[in-house]
Amino acid sequence: MHALANPARFLRFARPATNWLLWVGLALALAGMIAGLTLTPPDYLQKDSVRILYIHVPAAWLGMAGWLGIAAAAVSQLVWRHPLAAVAGRATAPAGATFAAICLLTGSIWGRPTWGTWWEWDGRLTSMLVLFFLYLGYIALAAAERERGGEGRIAAIYGLVGAINLPIIHYSVLWWRTLHQGQSISISGGSTIAGSILWPLPLTMIGFSCLFGAVVLMRIRAELAETKVEARLRRMSR
Amino acid sequence: MNPWPFVIAAYAVAILLTAALVLWAYRSMRRAEAAADALTRK
Repeated sequence: MHALANPARFLRFARPATNWLLWVGLALALAGMIAGLTLTPPDYLQKDSVRILYIHVPAAWLGMAGWLGIAAAAVSQLVWRHPLAAVAGRATAPAGATFAAICLLTGSIWGRPTWGTWWEWDGRLTSMLVLFFLYLGYIALAAAERERGGEGRIAAIYGLVGAINLPIIHYSVLWWRTLHQGQSISISGGSTIAGSILWPLPLTMIGFSCLFGAVVLMRIRAELAETKVEARLRRMSR
Repeated sequence: MNPWPFVIAAYAVAILLTAALVLWAYRSMRRAEAAADALTRK
């Protein structure tokens, strides 16, 4: 990680990585969505509405992973004073907020034919909505701090404190057994979903994750370029 | 209840929001890097 602390060295890695992540992400996400819509059988209980799984689950994972990235960047900034950590945190937030919003909207659309309601103040749904609002708060706070010329320490502390919501989202289906189904996919414990339905999910998971990574790299590159312009204009005005 | 309108709506939301995010990030990156390059050449 410290090897990428130098912005010039980071850009040598980020420029080709952005293109690779973008095109691989687009190809995998499209392949997964097309397969999920056309090649898998309907579920015996949920029928065709189960196909929303292939976009809802990656969005939920990326909404949470985004905040984990913000918390990791915050630790890196506060403990090791990594020069790109604050930039990485700010770059991650819009992508995380977008995927949290996609998770909430697709979940709501899935809920109507499955549960008979668009929304329920259930533990999982409410904690995910809180995550979305945390993102909005982080984006506003980080932007205000940057505008005032701060180092981003307040936003970093906010990012760390907000990470308390991640285990709440994860365990909400165990702690409060209400409307949202329990955990059906686990990396360690396998899945309760049939393989014939599940197989396109890794494609969309990896595809959307690559797109997320591409967006974060693009935002970091944009901010580094803006900082370069601001520094040069300051020097020229002296 | 026919689930297909809900499936299509969910995919439309996911595709539109993801495309908007990628396009916004790409355009802001291109604009910022072009401005930095132009200033370097001066």
